[in-house]
Formats: sequence, structure tokens, C-alpha cells
Amino acid sequence: MNLSDQQPSGDWVCAKCSVPLEVSKITVSYLGSSYPVELLCCPKCGLTLVTEDLALGRMADVEKTLEDK
Amino acid sequence: MDQIELHDFEAQCIQECAPACTAACPLHVDARAVCAVVSKGDFSAGLQLIKKALPFPGIVCRICEQPCREVCLRDKSLAMADLERACLEFGIEPQAKAAQTVKRKQRVAVIGAGLNGLTAALDLAKKRYPVVVYEASSVLGGRLNSFSENKLPRAVVEKEFNKLYELGVEFRLNTAVSSSVGGGAVTLGELLHEFEAVYLATGSASTLNIKEAGLGSVDPQTRATSQPGIFAATDIGLSANSMPIILAMADGRSAAISIDRYVMKVSLTASRSNEGPYESCLYTNTEGITAAPVVPMNDKFYSQEEAIKEAGRCLQCECLECVKYCEYLASYDGYPKKYARSIYNNLSIVMGTRLANKMTNSCSLCGQCAEVCPTHLDMGALCKQARQTMVIQKHMPPSAHDFALRDMQFSNSDHFALARCLPGADSCSYLFFPGCQLGASAPQQVEKVYDYLRGHLSDVGLMLRCCGAPADWAGRQDLFKAALDEFSNIHEEMGKPTLVLACSSCYQVFKQNLPDLNIVSIWEIYDQYGLPETTNSKKGAVVSIHDPCTIRHEPQIHESVRRLVRQAGYKIEELPMNREKTSCCSYGGDVWLANRELSDKVIERRIAESGNDYLTYCTMCRDFFASKGKPTLHVLDLFYEDDLGARAERRGPGYSERHENRARLKKKMLKEIWRETVPEQSKIEGIQLILSDEVRQVLEDRLILVEDIQQVIEYAERTGYRLLHPQTGRLLAHYKPSQITYWVEYAPHEDAFEVYNAYSHRMEIAEELKS
Repeated sequence: MNLSDQQPSGDWVCAKCSVPLEVSKITVSYLGSSYPVELLCCPKCGLTLVTEDLALGRMADVEKTLEDK
Repeated sequence: MDQIELHDFEAQCIQECAPACTAACPLHVDARAVCAVVSKGDFSAGLQLIKKALPFPGIVCRICEQPCREVCLRDKSLAMADLERACLEFGIEPQAKAAQTVKRKQRVAVIGAGLNGLTAALDLAKKRYPVVVYEASSVLGGRLNSFSENKLPRAVVEKEFNKLYELGVEFRLNTAVSSSVGGGAVTLGELLHEFEAVYLATGSASTLNIKEAGLGSVDPQTRATSQPGIFAATDIGLSANSMPIILAMADGRSAAISIDRYVMKVSLTASRSNEGPYESCLYTNTEGITAAPVVPMNDKFYSQEEAIKEAGRCLQCECLECVKYCEYLASYDGYPKKYARSIYNNLSIVMGTRLANKMTNSCSLCGQCAEVCPTHLDMGALCKQARQTMVIQKHMPPSAHDFALRDMQFSNSDHFALARCLPGADSCSYLFFPGCQLGASAPQQVEKVYDYLRGHLSDVGLMLRCCGAPADWAGRQDLFKAALDEFSNIHEEMGKPTLVLACSSCYQVFKQNLPDLNIVSIWEIYDQYGLPETTNSKKGAVVSIHDPCTIRHEPQIHESVRRLVRQAGYKIEELPMNREKTSCCSYGGDVWLANRELSDKVIERRIAESGNDYLTYCTMCRDFFASKGKPTLHVLDLFYEDDLGARAERRGPGYSERHENRARLKKKMLKEIWRETVPEQSKIEGIQLILSDEVRQVLEDRLILVEDIQQVIEYAERTGYRLLHPQTGRLLAHYKPSQITYWVEYAPHEDAFEVYNAYSHRMEIAEELKS
């Protein structure tokens, strides 16, 4: 299950730390299933980006699949 | 649901019952299937079907009495024997399989070579029993020999009987069998020594008397006599030709089944229903079918073209009454019997994908199927029960009903919930309960109805809250019970007043679940006390009334509404499916949440049923129909609105506005009637948003509420956890108030925040925030 987001970030930067986001390993989970994924995060404060495409695309598909398990 | 409940439910669905023709045929020729293939010109497939059912098809198609024709639902019954004949003439026999030559040890004697005995002999020989047929006369066929050569050529008979020789059946002609020595060449006793079983099929010409032979009586189901191993036809000793030929053949077939079971030492009686002719349980609606005469024959038998045409007259009988009217039942390519199996299997899955979750959640639970079904089978009851099981099993998809449950939670929170007797009173005789959606869509009408009620009823209090229907639809028995209990407690404190209901769903919930409660609909009250003075009468305007599905069983409400509408000057043209058979708008059961695509189809179908404007008395029905462009009025619009044209075309408010309307209604009522001060809005509610129409539509489609957005912005602005897009200056923030993470793209704009986009997901991100 590939939920890693390799999409362009839309050039978001962390507003709190004023640094660009970097790819980092994050765990996402739903209904008792967890997956390590690569998402863009702020290297300083850890604020993570889930893009609209990811949320409404692959993430929604995985949610649907897990709901029917 | 256990296996027994499943089987009971499946048995109630009659779609798979044999059609009347097949049930009436003693040998159960699948006449419907024969017609289906012949109408497409496939005579070979027809031949296969006929040969599967008939022992001697060449004979049967020439002399059958055709009991199928007496029950055929076509105006002029199908010429079935002629169609069988056409299959024999034009169908191509497949390559015959090599017959199994190894015979069984147990031998069977058949006494009498009429069609009854010969059918038994043929069936037993096919099962590899060595069979010997005893016949007192010198010929086979019994009464077949009385038919003219023209009607039944000898060559045909010989060809059919040849099968018996090919299967090794032996014949002892001119050999009478008697029950005692001296009565004939062979005695029954002798046969019993030689054979494992004996079948007496001596018909009307019988010299054997069952009783005199000491055989007792013949069991009509098994053809067994009191003497083990001796079976007898049911037409023994009857007057000649009193049993139809086709029935006599079925008699022989049943005897062969019994003899096989007797020899194999298994139960003679188990699973023997529907042997021989019976009455079909299949219902077929023949309304609107145009008459068509039997296709005439130009020759001795049908030509291919004639047969194709005649077979095409077959109605292909089936029930599907529920499927015809219900978009949901039509959308899964089956019928309740199949669906019940899928839903049952879905609940039984331990590991793997539950493929019928969506199907279970897509029913509106409206009960229309039970009204149109000849056996009153209710898919809604099954789906509701299955949802409750899914919840208990912790397999209910959270996304299916969550939004509706949160809406219910909102309505039963301090934002909306309110219960007051009249100012100064601590009990009341009546209690107006408008429900959650009237206040959400037309809050001003709640005020006006309450004014009217106070003007006509002695003392009437007000209760704003949700009846709990969304929890019931979601299978959440825990939440449903809690909602009803909370209601009951408050209701009791108010002196158990009579509930005056504006919403049909509330009416159904209270009637079914709190049967001791006194309830009345506002429509009955208006009917009793008359139209309000503000009623916008339109002389002669024509409307079609859509009855809400949840009060399908309340004819007094249907009548009250119709009287009121007529008094207001309207002419009513009834929709084809109305009153107890009315359709759901797709709000019921949360179809609109679980299956948006289906919900759209349900609405489109209902609004296409008449070109008239619709008039209904359920807020959600009105808003759903209007959402697809159907001018639809609520009956309260007639009473209290001026511009009915605009009112009919009005799109219902969005989900956020529904919350705001409810909250505002509560505050207004409290202030104006009870003079109570209302707490100031919270900091979060005070966050001002700028939302374009486009963004509002996105929020609607994604089921994101203004209050969700306010929470994200409040969190982001308070903590500073925001992403920035340097080129545009826009911010992106997320927050997870409970189960769902909401993302909002926004920018501060003076005292407000302009929102550009929002989306959400249910997956949880294990984000570790450091300050």
C-alpha cells in the first residue's frame, strides 16, 4: 500500500519555523492498520503536509478498503 | 441473523418459484426456458430442456393434455406441445454419451407396459437397474394404441420405445401377473423372490386388486404398499383414461424414485415436495400486457418462423414487483432472495473483504418493498437488522453514517435542544415537537406553527431536539435507546403531554418505539382547526402530492393533508406510487450518505414521475427534490409563504446553514417567548469566515461544516502550526477534533479569514509536533 506522497508540495514552507519541508517517514493508521509512509514535514517542528490529492485520492481509497475489511 | 432467519426470509421471496406452467406440468417441463431459447431460434437448446423433463418427448408432444395451458397467464395460452414438437423437428441432438453398461445387481419388475409403467422402467433403466416389464397383452403402450396413425404414428412410438431396448429393458409380453396361483402365468410372490422391487402399473385393465392381494393401500406420496418392495401406481383400478397421460407418466416417475430409494435403503419420504403437479407460488403482474393470439400453424406442425413467433408470446413470468419500484433493489442486479444471502454472507466473513457493506447501507429502510411484495417481504427490516449486527461486530464502516450521527448529536446538544412548557407553567397538555430538519430548513415556519398551536390548543410547550432516527438508521441501538430515554425523561417531567409532530420520521420513531405516547401530527390539528389566515390560496393550481415514506401507514394523515390542500384551492393529481406505497426521497436510512450515486438516481426517478409541481409535508423530501430542480413546496409553504414560485424552486440550505438555523431558532424562541438571555457565542463560533459560493459547494460535497473550519483556524492561529505558501501568502492548517482530520487553506482578511479550500481524511497521521 503506497501512501507516500511524491507529489510536488506546492512549495509550502513551515510558517512557524520558516524552513522548507523535507521528506520524512511518518506512520499513518486507520481502524487498527498502520503503514509507514514518506510525507513532507517540517524538519524542526514536525508539522506534516497531507496534500489534497493524497487525502482525496489514495488515502480515501485505502480508508474505503480498510472499512470493508 | 441466524441461518433459520435467513431461510425464512429467503423463503418469503418468491422470485425463484417455478412459473405456473412448470408447476402445473406433472413432469415439470421448464416451459418458460423453452420459450426463451426458441424465441431466439435455438431449437437445439429447447430440445435439451424437453428431453431433460420428458421420458418420451416424441409421444408427449403429440398427445399431451397440456395442463400448462390452463394456468398460462398469457391471454391465449402458449401452444406448448406444438413448441415441443418444433424443438423435436428442428433441434439437433448432441452426440449421445456412451451408456454405462455395468448394471446393478438389484433387479426390478414392472407390471404393465402402459406409459406409467414404461416411464418407471425407463427411469430405472437409466439408473442402471436391470428391468423386466410384464405385459398381459401382446403390445406395449396401453392406451397409446387407441390413437389414430395420423395423431400418433406407430413409427414415432416405436422409435421412442426403442430407447428401452437400448437400455436393456426386457419384456415378457402376453404374461399376466396375478396375486395368487392360477390367476395368471406369474404370481406376485414369485416375482418378489426374483426381484428386489416390483411396480404394479396395470392401470384400468388391472386384474390385480391391491386390497384383495393383501397390499393394503397405496401411499399417495411414495406409491409404497403395505408389502415392502411392492409399489403400485395410483391409477390402478380407475376407469379407463381417467388419469391424464402426462399425469400417469409422472406417477411412473415418482414410483421409480421410490424404488431407487427403497433399493438404496434411504428415506422414501425426505425432500419430496413439488413432485407431480402443484400450484405455483410465483406472482406475475400482467397489468398492461396487450393481447396476442396464438400463432396459427400452416402445416401439421410449426415452421421455425412460426415457432419463434409463438415462443415470443411467452410472458417469461417472474415477480420482481419490489425491484420494479425500488431503485436500490434494481441497482444490484438481483432480488431480495439473492440480496439476503449476500448480506448474510457479508456478516459471516471473518477474514477478507466485506463486499456487501455498501449494499447493506444503501437501503432507505422505507418499507415500500413490503407494500408491493405479494408476500410482504421487507428488505428494510433485513438491512436494519444487518446494520445493527455490523455495529455489534465492530464492522460498520465509520464513514457510512458518521455525518448523520454527528448531526443528531448537534441537535441534541445545547446548540439546539430545548424543552419548555409555556412561561410560568411546569407542565403542559401538548408539546410541539417540530423535529430537527424543519428548524434547519425553514426555522421561521417552526415559529409560525407554534403560534398557531398556541392559538388553538389549551397549553402547548415546545421541544427542540432530534427524535433519534439517524441512530436507528445507522444500526446504533445504543445511541437510539439513549436518545429515546432522554426524550422520555424530559417528557415525563413535563407532565406527559400529547406530542404534536411536524415530521413524519419523528412520527414513525415515536409510534413504533414509544407506543404508550399520545401523538398527533400538525396536519390533523390544522385539519381540525382550519387553514391559517395567511394561507396562500391558488385557485385551480395543480400539484402532485408526495407522501413521506415514514408515514405510509397513516391514512388519516394522508387524508388530512389532502383536505387542507384542497381547501387551499389546489387540484391534486395523485402520483402512481403514493400513500402506503409511496417512495422514499433517499434521505431515509442515510442512503444519501452511504451511496450518493444511488441517492441521485432515486431522486431523479421520483421527480420524473409527473410534470406537475410537487407538494409534500416532509422538509427533507422537499429539499432533496428541489435540489435536482423539481419545483416542490412544503404544505407549510402554502400556509405561511408569499412567493410560492420562488419558494418551490428554493434550494435547501447547506449543512452548515442547517446547524446555524437551528441554533438561531433556539435562541430566538428562548428570547421572544421565554424572555431568557442566551449565552454569548463562544470564541470559535465568533471566528468570521469569508466563503465564496464555489468554496461553499466544495464544503457541501465534502461534508465539511463551517464549525469544522472554525476549529481548524482557531487551533492554527492559537498554536502557530501552519504551513505558508510564500508566493500567495496563503496558510494551510489541519486539526482533528475527533475522528476526522480537517485541512483548511486560508488567509487572514481584516477581522475575518478567507477560506480557499478544505478537505479531510480519516487516516490518522502520527505527527510528533515539537514546539
